[in-house]
Amino acid sequence: MQSTDNLFVDVRSLRKWFQVKRTFAETMHSKEEKVVKAVDDISFKIPKGSVFVLAGESGSGKTTVARLILRAIEPDNGNVFFNGTDITKLNERELKAFRINAQMVHQDPYASIDPRMRIMEIVMEPLSVHKIGSKKEQEEKVFRALEEVRLEPAADIAYRYPHMLSGGQRQRVAIARALVLKPKFIVADEPVSMLDISVRAEILELMQSLQKKHDITYLYITHDLSTARYIGDQIAIMYLGKIAEMGPIDKVLLNPLHPYTQALIDAISEPDPGNLFKEKMVRIKTETGIERVSTGCNFYNRCPYAMDICKTEPKLIEIEDSHYVSCFLYPK
Amino acid sequence: MKDSLIIENLKSYYFTTVGAVKAVDNVSFSLKKGESVGIAGESACGKSTLGLSIMRMLQPPGKIVNGKIILHDTDILAMSEHEFTKKVRWKRIAMVFQGAMNALDPVYSIKDQLKEVLKYHGFPENEMQERIIEAVRQVGLDPSVIDRHPHELSGGMKQRIVIAMALILRPEFVIADEPTTALDVLVQAQIINLLKKLKKEGMTIMLITHDLAIISEIAEKIGIMYAGEIVEFGSAEQIYNEPKHPYTQALIAAIPRLKGEKKISYVKGTPPNLMNPPTGCRFYDRCPHAMDVCKQDPPSIKIKDGFVRCWLYEDSKKSQQ
Repeated sequence: MQSTDNLFVDVRSLRKWFQVKRTFAETMHSKEEKVVKAVDDISFKIPKGSVFVLAGESGSGKTTVARLILRAIEPDNGNVFFNGTDITKLNERELKAFRINAQMVHQDPYASIDPRMRIMEIVMEPLSVHKIGSKKEQEEKVFRALEEVRLEPAADIAYRYPHMLSGGQRQRVAIARALVLKPKFIVADEPVSMLDISVRAEILELMQSLQKKHDITYLYITHDLSTARYIGDQIAIMYLGKIAEMGPIDKVLLNPLHPYTQALIDAISEPDPGNLFKEKMVRIKTETGIERVSTGCNFYNRCPYAMDICKTEPKLIEIEDSHYVSCFLYPK
Repeated sequence: MKDSLIIENLKSYYFTTVGAVKAVDNVSFSLKKGESVGIAGESACGKSTLGLSIMRMLQPPGKIVNGKIILHDTDILAMSEHEFTKKVRWKRIAMVFQGAMNALDPVYSIKDQLKEVLKYHGFPENEMQERIIEAVRQVGLDPSVIDRHPHELSGGMKQRIVIAMALILRPEFVIADEPTTALDVLVQAQIINLLKKLKKEGMTIMLITHDLAIISEIAEKIGIMYAGEIVEFGSAEQIYNEPKHPYTQALIAAIPRLKGEKKISYVKGTPPNLMNPPTGCRFYDRCPHAMDVCKQDPPSIKIKDGFVRCWLYEDSKKSQQ
C-alpha cells in the first residue's frame, strides 16, 4: 500500500446525482423524481508521478468524475485532496491558483481547439487567463511547448490555423496547451480515441516522455483497455457511477474478477486470423433501456451470474494485493 | 473457384480548383466466391472513396476516371447510370456509410425511414411492413423499434438500423465503412457478431476501417491501402502472420494488444499529399528499408493469394514464397 507521502490525488466518496426533468404529464401524476446517479460514492488514490486509468463505457460516469476533480462542476458530496489540500473547499481565487497545476486534454481534437484562432493564440490562452509573463515571454513559452510536443518547426506551426493540421497534430496542440502552464496534474479524457490506431502510440509515447521529464501525474480516461495498458499503472473500472474493480493494471487486465471487466476484455479483438472462425463472446445480457435497479448491484440486470444477494449493495473489497472488486462472487 | 468480384485498375479522382486529388489511384484486386474483404489504412488513404466508387456514389468533384468493376461477370462501371440504379445499387450492392447512425433523420420514425428506402426503389406498398420487420429482425432488434425515433435508440441500436437499411433489399454484397467506430466496446462486439451472422447467411462483406484488429473477425482477404494504392493484398493468415510490405509490418506492430510485451510502436511521419503524390514508391520517406531503386514505381509482385508492391520482393527468388 502506498504511503500518504506519495499520494497526489486522493478522491473520497465523490458523489454527483443529476435530476432528470419530468414531463408535464409526469408532474401532474406526481410521478417520483428520477435521478441519474452519475457518480455514486467513488473513492480512489493516485500516487505522484503515476498514470491512473479510469475506464468504462459511455454513461459510466468517468467524464463526470474528471469534471468533478477539476471542479468544473460541483460535487454533491465527497472530497478531493490535491497534494494534501481539499480542493472542494477552495474559494474562487484559490481555485484559480489550483487550476494552474491541474489541466485537461479533451477527446475531440476537432472540437477542443477553436478553428478561428491560430495555434499561437490557442496555446497562449491559458497564460493570458492566468496573467503569466509579458507578451514576449508568453510567445517564448508557446514555442517551447510546441517543441516539447514535437510540433516543429514551432515558428511555422504557431501561425497556422487548426484546419491546416492533421488530427494527430491537433491533439498535440491540445497537449501543448495543457502543458504551457507546467501543471503537475493532467486529466486526459480519451486523448487518442479519435486518432488512427497507427498514430495513437505516438501520442502515448509523447505523454510518457513528458511525464518523465516534468514529473506529471495523469488521470487517463478511456474505454479502450488495450491502449490503456501501454500507459497505465493503476486502473479502476467504472459501471453506472460505481467502481466495479480496481487495482494494478496488469493484475486487473490479466486476471479480471468482476463479470463486467471480464465482458469488456472478451469484447476486445486481437489481430488473430483465427477470429474468423469464432464468435465473439458476449456473456452479458443486452441492456434494453436505461432502467436501473434502485438498490443493490447496478450490474444485476445484465450479469450472467446474478444471485439473490446481488439485490443488496456490494462493497469494494481487497481480494489480492491492491486488487479490489465489488461483487458478491468474491471472496470465492 | 470463380471470382465473385474483380476490381481492375480503378482510378477515382477529386477534381478540385487547385488540382486533382488522386484518392484511388490504380487499385486492382479480386475476391473468390464467399470471401469477404477488409480494406485497411490510415485516414485519407482513399478507402472510403474506394467504397463510394463501387457504389457509384462519388459526389462531384469526385469522378471515376478509369477502371472495371466486375460483379459476377457484369462490368458494373460500364452500365448506364439508369441501369445501375435500377438493378445494382442497393439491390446487389449496398453500403453502410461512415457515421451513418448520426445521419438518421431525427423527425421521422424508424419505420418511415426504412419505408423511404423501399419507396425509392419501387418496392410494392402492400409488402413494405413485412419487409421492414424482416430487416429489423435480421439485425437482432425487436420489431417494436420501428415506431421509435432515432433519439430514443442507443448508439448500437442506431447502427443496427443503418445496417438494416442497407440489407432491406437483400443485396449480396455490403460495404461497411467504419461500422464500429464511436461505439462502446461491448456494442462493437455485438455488431461484429451481427456481421458474422450475415456472412453465414451468404452475404459478402467489404469492411473498410483503420482498425486492423476487427478486420480479423470478418475478412478472409485483406487489402492494405496507402496513399491511394493497395500496397499489399492477401489472405488474413498472410497479412497477420507474414506481412511483406514494410507499411503492413508497421501497421501490425502498432496494434495495441492485451497480452505480450508493452512495447509501443507507431508509424512515424505522415502520408503524402494525394494531389501531388511523389513519383516512385509513395511510402519512401517513411520506410525503414528505403533504397535508391524505390524512387521508381515498385512492381506488383505476385505472392500466394495476392500481391505486394515493393522492391524488396523484386528478386525472383523471394517472390516464390
